[in-house]
Amino acid sequence: MAIKKKFNPIRTPMPEQPADVRNKNFKEVALGYSREQAIEEANRCIQCKVPLCQKGCPVEIDIKSFVGHLAAGDVPSAYRVLKETNALPAVCGRVCPQETQCEGSCILGKKHEPVAIGRLERFVADTFDSDSACEMITGHTACSLPNDQVKVACIGSGPSSLTVAGYLAARGVPVTIYEALHEIGGVLVYGIPEFRLPKAVVAREVGALWAKGVTFMPNWVGGKTITIQDLIDDGFDAVFIGVGAGLPWFLNIPGENLVGVYSSNEYLTRINLGRAYDFPNYDTPAPRPRNVAVIGGGNVAMDAARTALRLGAENVYITYRRTQDEMPARLEELHHAIEEGVQLELLTSPIAINGDENSHVKSMTLQVMELGEPDASGRRRPVAVKGKTKELEVDMVILAVGTGANPVLLEATPGLNLSKSGYIDANPETGETSIPNVFAGGDIVGGSATVISAMGAGRKAAKTIAERLKVEL
Amino acid sequence: MSNKILQKKALIPGQTSLLVIDAPQIAKKAKPGNFVILRIHDKGERVPLTIADTDPEAGTITIVYLVVGKSSALLETLKEGEIILDVCGPLGKPTHIEKCGTVICVGGGTGIAAMHHIAKGHHKAGNHVVAIVGARSKDLLLFCDELGGFCPELLIATDDGSSGHKGFVTDVLRDRLEKDKDVTEVVAIGPVPMMEAVAKVTKPFGVRTVVSLNSIMVDGVGMCGACRCNVGGETRFACVDGPEFDGHKVDFNELRMRLAQYKNQENESMDLFRREHGN
Ligand SMILES: Cc1cc2nc3c(=O)[nH]c(=O)nc-3n(C[C@H](O)[C@H](O)[C@H](O)COP(=O)(O)OP(=O)(O)OC[C@H]3O[C@@H](n4cnc5c(N)ncnc54)[C@H](O)[C@@H]3O)c2cc1C
Ligand SMILES: Cc1cc2nc3c(=O)[nH]c(=O)nc-3n(C[C@H](O)[C@H](O)[C@H](O)COP(=O)(O)OP(=O)(O)OC[C@H]3O[C@@H](n4cnc5c(N)ncnc54)[C@H](O)[C@@H]3O)c2cc1C
Ligand code: SF4
Ligand code: SF4
Ligand code: FES
Repeated sequence: MAIKKKFNPIRTPMPEQPADVRNKNFKEVALGYSREQAIEEANRCIQCKVPLCQKGCPVEIDIKSFVGHLAAGDVPSAYRVLKETNALPAVCGRVCPQETQCEGSCILGKKHEPVAIGRLERFVADTFDSDSACEMITGHTACSLPNDQVKVACIGSGPSSLTVAGYLAARGVPVTIYEALHEIGGVLVYGIPEFRLPKAVVAREVGALWAKGVTFMPNWVGGKTITIQDLIDDGFDAVFIGVGAGLPWFLNIPGENLVGVYSSNEYLTRINLGRAYDFPNYDTPAPRPRNVAVIGGGNVAMDAARTALRLGAENVYITYRRTQDEMPARLEELHHAIEEGVQLELLTSPIAINGDENSHVKSMTLQVMELGEPDASGRRRPVAVKGKTKELEVDMVILAVGTGANPVLLEATPGLNLSKSGYIDANPETGETSIPNVFAGGDIVGGSATVISAMGAGRKAAKTIAERLKVEL
Repeated sequence: MSNKILQKKALIPGQTSLLVIDAPQIAKKAKPGNFVILRIHDKGERVPLTIADTDPEAGTITIVYLVVGKSSALLETLKEGEIILDVCGPLGKPTHIEKCGTVICVGGGTGIAAMHHIAKGHHKAGNHVVAIVGARSKDLLLFCDELGGFCPELLIATDDGSSGHKGFVTDVLRDRLEKDKDVTEVVAIGPVPMMEAVAKVTKPFGVRTVVSLNSIMVDGVGMCGACRCNVGGETRFACVDGPEFDGHKVDFNELRMRLAQYKNQENESMDLFRREHGN
């Protein structure tokens, strides 16, 4: 296909709720393309001979082909292509950092705006009724062909485990997922807020796995309720560990235990898992601050800040020690946050949180920074401007400064080798750990990363497991 | 795990009840000092409660709770045969129990139930267990028969003198420590002011003192930091590093203020519950 005469250098805009409406509700910000918009955007793809986009996707979706089907209006075929490699397209279309992955590699991006691959992926997944997914992929209901000779367990129910389950279930392998919390989906349900990834979208993808025969065991804590040795003794042929990087980091600055100081994990878990935005209809309480500071510059910081705005805070600041250009958040999230009224306090680093006579946060002291020489990662290192500080009056502080490996399962698993930073040491090709037939992937191996990289790791491990169990199609 | 309530006993009517719950996998794994997290209905919060006893053969765990707010009031509405939506556990580090000589276990209020499980563990390990229990008055004392069954010494204190010593458990404890220099350890479980007072009493005697911190929790598996507390100048997570810590190192002030952080919302929630349940 040659470039059309009427080629539009600008991608089809995404319909969105207006910023001043959405910053007061929890409904999804991006509304999704209409059929016409999706087909129009799909037609911007020039169907490259050597499609660069596919290389940019960690699970190597055949983007050219799915976009091609969509351009022709054939949603089921487009969906079939997506599901071949991606168990959760409706999720990825919403939360992947496309600008550094598929879209970042799209050839059109050299001169114009790249094809909006993520938005198209979302459209196809939302449009296609996922109930029939398993028939679509296998040509028969995979659920009806269980292989009772083998079984596999996953610990944790985030995207890495869900991918393992999807891959193996499609091959007839019964999979049981053990999850510590009471809802299935990992960070997709307790971290990423409703306005970015509606719970119903996750529930639909999880429902499709359930229909394929995957068993979910919420409220089972790996290492406490059940150990890996118990699972092996119970006859599981392989175990996949996908417990994420759920240990919140603090900064060890004075005042961190004052009332009103939260880890982003606690704040978002209260709101998303506990539905505290709907208190007292739901029982979990959430703080009701007026002025909020969020420390950090990633997706998590953006989510926490935008959540606080929606819950009625008057001023929400994001404090970050470098500049806007270095923020690791998805570009779209940063733009959305600014549009909605989040204020950036750039080149600042917190040195103390100060309390009132009731031990409640009343302000935060920030060290003013400037950019110095580039560090090992090539980013200019922030250095303190000597003697220059400022005070920010806030009654709540949320720390979104990263997470580490949660030790609960690891400490209960003798023989499991860990890396220096406490994550699981797994073979990068197969996902296998130091314990034979025990695999690991996602954030518990590489540290916090992305949904799609966790899924990529799950897929690798599932492939190896399928080969070992001799069920590979 | 069916999470079915097999038995319900009102220990102090309307205030404190004991539930025996069918949860075989937890019963198999639980040790003294562990706790569970419950959710009572699908809009419910996650409520931590100590495992007061287990019967691994019957596959049951026992919990004892005090009605203080909406969630515990909702739990109190459940009857024998009904099912608790979510029961997750066993959580927390189990009590460190080894044969070490004489151990004094102090329990106050509902904390007596949790203390009972630990006292039993020490007894089984071959220790000489002295149980000291306290409450406002005689009718509010729990687990005295059970403790009397295996503890060679059971000492009682009530505020009004209706049973045992008239006054606080700490008076009895100080007395007992003065009489006997060979006490290896004191374990205290109960209201925060009681645990703080116990730690103060034992300090001059230099006796190792273990307290169980009931800080506010969300996930209970180390993922949120809500339960963090200051122990010896370090931040520790009560749900995974504890709940038991060295009582001489705990910053009780901080614990108290963190426990009170949702007072307004808790009252709002309870008022709503009362209106809905017509009292
Ligand atoms: C607020 C937030 C926003 C994010 N935004 C984005 C985004 O926009 N785009 C993107 O690509 N990525 C984003 N990420 C990162 C992404 O969500 C993670 O990289 C990804 O979810 C990791 O997947 P996982 O399968 O490794 O584990 P997780 O999703 O972390 O799931 C792990 C699961 O294991 C459970 N678990 C833990 N311990 C145990 C145990 N002992 N026993 C049983 N279960 C256990 C946990 O409860 C959890 O449900 C975000 C993360 C957060 C926190
Ligand atoms: C490890 C641990 C073990 C416990 N064991 C027992 C027990 O065996 N029996 C018992 O009666 N109580 C126990 N508690 C306390 C019990 O969890 C609270 O009483 C209960 O959560 C109160 O909920 P509510 O809605 O009824 O009251 P609310 O009105 O919500 O709260 C009343 C008070 O309970 C505390 N509280 C509230 N929410 C939580 C929470 N999520 N986590 C912890 N504390 C909270 C606060 O101090 C609050 O002021 C334990 C707490 C912990 C952390
Ligand atoms: S899965 Fe993510 S990276 Fe891959 S094509 Fe979809 S949006 Fe792009
Ligand atoms: S690189 Fe861009 S234009 Fe080329 S096939 Fe991929 S999406 Fe289409
Ligand atoms: S309750 Fe979340 S870390 Fe302890």
